Amino acid sequence: MSLGASDILISNTELVPGREIVEFYGVVTGNTVRAKHIGRDIMAGLKNVVGGELVGYTELLQDSRQEATERMIEQARSMGANAVVNVRFATSSISQGAAELFAYGTAVRVR
Amino acid sequence: MSGGQALDLFFSIGFPIVLLVFAYLIGSLIERRHFANIRKRESALRGFPLTTFERLPERWRVSNAGLVSGSIVVSLDYFKRVIAGLRAIVGGRVKTYEPLLERARREALLRMAENARRAGYDAVVNVRLETSRLANAAGNGNGTAGVEMLAFGTAVKLDRR
Repeated sequence: MSLGASDILISNTELVPGREIVEFYGVVTGNTVRAKHIGRDIMAGLKNVVGGELVGYTELLQDSRQEATERMIEQARSMGANAVVNVRFATSSISQGAAELFAYGTAVRVR
Repeated sequence: MSGGQALDLFFSIGFPIVLLVFAYLIGSLIERRHFANIRKRESALRGFPLTTFERLPERWRVSNAGLVSGSIVVSLDYFKRVIAGLRAIVGGRVKTYEPLLERARREALLRMAENARRAGYDAVVNVRLETSRLANAAGNGNGTAGVEMLAFGTAVKLDRR
């Protein structure tokens, strides 16, 4: 999965390779809290007997992370930035069955 | 022993043992096939550089960059959980979990690299790996539904390398 949008550059390095940072706008964040639905839990329960990939969960987390990233990008765009650098991801279990996915980085203008 | 008692005995002892053997056989088959698949895809990706460095080699000329990621959620199967539970009594190396985490991590890295290549990039720099546990929704929430491995990095397209 390529995270990000066409008009905003996203990078987890401090500098965007090949570009120069001309202005800093500050920290931008995006989050989403998701719960698994019961059907996925039942399938995962069956899969837990033999092991292997839990495809439903993999997709769920990918979608959630994409959404958190998009929210972060949206914030950067509203500030007038054209790139977000040094992006980090974090996951935390809020309660049983619900998890927060969180993306943050520094909004900048690059040339 | 009456028929009813035999049935009780089967459900209390026999059933978990049958399940354990079944889980072990299927689980190790899946693991072997997954490792073979990983090795094949890794050799197909030879010549596609992944680095944990943030700085690029001096002579690389970058024309485009973007964030890429790859992830997988794997379950801890019944057999592995039972063995790990026994192991926790005496302590030491939990060998059943090691290949599970290894193959999940390699799979996440592969997916990231394949995503980057598919999007037309030439390399991925500043690769980071993260592991997180998914709590079970059912029961008291102490159980583990799975473990997520996430690999992400900055993919770069090069004019010259």
